[in-house]
Amino acid sequence: MATTYRTCPVSGLQFEDQAEKLMRWNAVAGVLWLLVGGITALLVILTRWPAIKLLPADQFYLILTAHGIDMLILWILFFEMAVLYFASSTLLRCRLATPKIAWLGFWLMVVGGIMTNVAIFQGESSVMFTSYVPMQAAWHFYLGIILVAVGALLGTAVFFGTLVVAKRDKTYQGSLPLVTFGALTAAIIATFTILAGAGILVPTFFWSIGLIKEIDAQLYRMVWWGLGHSSQQINVAAHVSVWYLTAAVIFGAKPLSEKVSRFAFLLYILFLQLASAHHLLSDPGMSAEWKVLNTSYFMYFAVMASMIHGFTVPGAIEAAQRRKGYTNGLFEWLRKAPWGNPVFSGMFISLVSFGFLGGISGVVLGTEQINMLMHNTFYVPGHFHTTVVTGTTLAFMAITYLLVPVLFRREMILPKLCQIQPYLFGISMSVLGLVMMGAGTLGVSRRHWDMAFSGAPFQYEWPGAAYLMMGLTGIFGVIAVIGGGLWILLVVGSLLFGKKLDGGKVSDKPTPIPAATQAASAVAHGSDHVGVPGTVVLALLLFVSFVLYYFVNWKYLSEVWLLS
Amino acid sequence: MSAILPPSERLWWKQPIDKVEWAWIAIAFVWGMIMFAMMIYWHIYGKQNLSNEAYKTTPELFAAKAEKFIAENTIRTETERNIPVVKVPAGGDGYLIARLWDWYPILELEKGQTYKIHLSSLDYNHGFSLQPVNINIQVIPGYEHVVKMTPTKEGTYAIVCNEYCGIGHHSMLGRIYVK
Repeated sequence: MATTYRTCPVSGLQFEDQAEKLMRWNAVAGVLWLLVGGITALLVILTRWPAIKLLPADQFYLILTAHGIDMLILWILFFEMAVLYFASSTLLRCRLATPKIAWLGFWLMVVGGIMTNVAIFQGESSVMFTSYVPMQAAWHFYLGIILVAVGALLGTAVFFGTLVVAKRDKTYQGSLPLVTFGALTAAIIATFTILAGAGILVPTFFWSIGLIKEIDAQLYRMVWWGLGHSSQQINVAAHVSVWYLTAAVIFGAKPLSEKVSRFAFLLYILFLQLASAHHLLSDPGMSAEWKVLNTSYFMYFAVMASMIHGFTVPGAIEAAQRRKGYTNGLFEWLRKAPWGNPVFSGMFISLVSFGFLGGISGVVLGTEQINMLMHNTFYVPGHFHTTVVTGTTLAFMAITYLLVPVLFRREMILPKLCQIQPYLFGISMSVLGLVMMGAGTLGVSRRHWDMAFSGAPFQYEWPGAAYLMMGLTGIFGVIAVIGGGLWILLVVGSLLFGKKLDGGKVSDKPTPIPAATQAASAVAHGSDHVGVPGTVVLALLLFVSFVLYYFVNWKYLSEVWLLS
Repeated sequence: MSAILPPSERLWWKQPIDKVEWAWIAIAFVWGMIMFAMMIYWHIYGKQNLSNEAYKTTPELFAAKAEKFIAENTIRTETERNIPVVKVPAGGDGYLIARLWDWYPILELEKGQTYKIHLSSLDYNHGFSLQPVNINIQVIPGYEHVVKMTPTKEGTYAIVCNEYCGIGHHSMLGRIYVK
């Protein structure tokens, strides 16, 4: 199929015509779902804020279901499709394999997303993101998710195919770039995640139309989390790739060690699926041995991988900055970083928030016995708003400031507001995560409409601090929604009204990536070594916080009723 | 060159790894092993471990067992719904039904005594969330979970449902007395 290749004059990136269109459409679809997800977020926040309590119970559960589906599945998956096409076709400078199938995947995802949303807003499918059986949603709720999953699987297949095309057409030499390698791990995880999802949602769909009589509630939870948690690992692999991408684009940073970073990505593939077991730590159906094995050996290797990336990403930035001469003290490299560039500031806040808040809370939450203190409390959404939101979503928002000029050929409007947005969103969302975890530590339930338990036969008065935390959740939640809304406004505004930029030279043949010259590789190999003392200090700070918080929770646990 | 280009050193896997990186990998690995050991240590020496005892059941079977337990051990009823308050024999078995939208019945326990509390749901998933102690256990229909509990303090405790179970979820509040 005839196609053309455009070389962006700003970035030097080369976009194949079909891949470029697909990236744009997927990114725009993602942003629209983020808009729906953001509106529902505001309604959820204003209902859980005890002083406001906006919606009645039925609408609250409906909206909360929509919020989970639209954010966790639709916004992120659409954006990830764009990331996959970028990491393959653009970074490897080759044509996209089977663009028609990629379009089919895109439209399946669109139709599926709308179908599930229709089911939710019709009001018969307020079953939450997890849709635990035997609570039943309308049949098209499940069918819509299945279509989205099939569409995403097609997109993933196109990604794999594109890697083959690049190899065959020899558009690059040697190994895949690290960012593409990271995207490859995300795609591999996506494949088995989606298969696990099919394994449970297809029978559940049959159950919803009466073809299957019963689905075991425990079995459902186990297989469903093979989808539900692993899909978050796609996000981790994808946003870590975006961190490396940002470091490379802003600083020209190269990985401290290709071997270490790639090994860490490999650990994600090997161990993350099994770590899904940590959602079942307070369930009756599994033995303690099974829980400990799955959440320790397997999860901790994945944790180790994240700790490695948490070191090598800032380390790569520090090394690049020190090479440029920012060598004073421990942190000149960081102080002199381009904090006014939203691509960098967003990425760095994402890194810090994911590591310190999302990462640490996730491991503590995933400890077999400690899980009993937090299971299904508000701590859980607190945790994942600092992984999937300040981690993934913020990283994606930050990279968009780069994509709008190079992919959409539009200048960002209102640059001052662009500078502020990552701080506004990143910081308020991080605080939101913290106060949610605080409320959860005090026992407040997630997915719960009324802290006053109206209509219950008894009274229970939550501690005052819990109300304080929920009030803060309301305040910071609203600020975070404003920060997210600002991003949507800036991006959509730039796409519509931003100054048009020169698209650059168009050619009907791809220009391959030039091979690294002997001289260049000699430089890379030679006396190029730079120490990264600042990163060491940051990493040790993370480690100390981690250890302290971990043992504080054992202390809390030792104070509750005895259980055996 | 950089992370968006193929590694400039073709044989990147032969490049040595820096000492500092090795040290960090070692720290991460050892910390993982400590966290692993900690869970096992707690199973041996800790006093808060979730029970492994669980059986497959059906709503009918479990309801029948619970009703028998309630009939034999009720000491009074409370609230205008006349919810039975059931004194669980010290060291004995108690049954707690989770259903839309009740925790049934009210249990009365004694401080320092150990009880085998049988938990199951008659319909959807529910969440046993004991407050203000903050112990949280998933309750799943079709599974009877036998949890050994020893209350450490007297008082009136609430059982909040913290697994979403439909429109009345927020009104699903139970009670445990510890004398």
